Amino acid sequence: MQIRIQILAMAIGVVLLMSIFQLIRKNRLMEQYSLLWIGSALLIVVLSAWRGLLEKMSRLIGIYYPPSALFAIGIFCGMIIALHFTVVISNLTKEKNTLVQELALLKSEVAELKKRMDSGS
Amino acid sequence: MEKIPKKYLAIIPAYNEQDAIKQVVKDVQALPVNIDVVVIDDGSADNTSGAASAAGACVVRLPVNLGIGGAVQTGFKYAVKHRYDVAVQVDGDGQHIAAEILKLLEALTRHGTDVVIGSRFLGSEGFKSSRARQVGINLFRFFNSLAIGQKITDNTSGFRAYNRAALEFLSENYPCDYPEPESVILLKRNGFSLAEVPVTMREREHGASSISAFNGAYYMIKVFLAIFVDLFKEKTAA
Repeated sequence: MQIRIQILAMAIGVVLLMSIFQLIRKNRLMEQYSLLWIGSALLIVVLSAWRGLLEKMSRLIGIYYPPSALFAIGIFCGMIIALHFTVVISNLTKEKNTLVQELALLKSEVAELKKRMDSGS
Repeated sequence: MEKIPKKYLAIIPAYNEQDAIKQVVKDVQALPVNIDVVVIDDGSADNTSGAASAAGACVVRLPVNLGIGGAVQTGFKYAVKHRYDVAVQVDGDGQHIAAEILKLLEALTRHGTDVVIGSRFLGSEGFKSSRARQVGINLFRFFNSLAIGQKITDNTSGFRAYNRAALEFLSENYPCDYPEPESVILLKRNGFSLAEVPVTMREREHGASSISAFNGAYYMIKVFLAIFVDLFKEKTAA
């Protein structure tokens, strides 16, 4: 009965790992953003394959049905990844704002110089 | 020896203000002091840039909308880049009265502070605000005063004058949206001195406020969160 969910979890983890690898290989995912993904996928694969470890862990945190512990860990990993992305987005926004400001200042400076050149010559 | 006259700059952030901007620019230019005008067009969809430029202002047009904080900060960067001694921030919607700029400039010299805020609430005249906003304004007054140990009556006023030191600091550290109340704390906690002078303000004639009724609650929550977090931040090295 529980073997089915074990196989399913393993399959999901392996597919996830393969997709991540494929995305990195095709340059669609930068390595620095893939580390958390790889870590999460590996964790899921290891815990679903290694029954004993999962059971020990779930007893430790007080979960009586080991597969739920696996889900809990999966959700936790997802949250960490989402948080990491929000940090990344905040940085990107900050950098974008600075770029927009610098660009606008440069454009106005160029326009000013052009005007001066036209009236000077 | 004659003192070198100070270089003044008026920073006018404007978003979709094509009807009001021309008069605002003209009013500032008509002041009996030597003051340059830069209009920061915050990615307007209308002809704000054209109208400002026609009125004789220098225009910096942001290619995308950054929000009032991002626009004003662009003005600070402009001021630092062009080595202005003092910059005055004036709203592009005609709410601030150009003649009152002189009061800010005069107070900056007289008090010797880094920042002077034009306050609607120190004087008795002019347009104050709607009742709902008064509640928010009072909350800011209470919490900001508590946080910095100085009573600032008009934390949401965007009518302010800054000296060079404050401009250099703000050009690197300025909140992107709803910056006014937060920047009061940011400035004070980083060692800048603030003063307030009474000014009269008008009710806006064109356009819409950057804070609609719908956004009011979000505004308050965002700013209070920012202020609260600021209290725990390390001091930013200017």
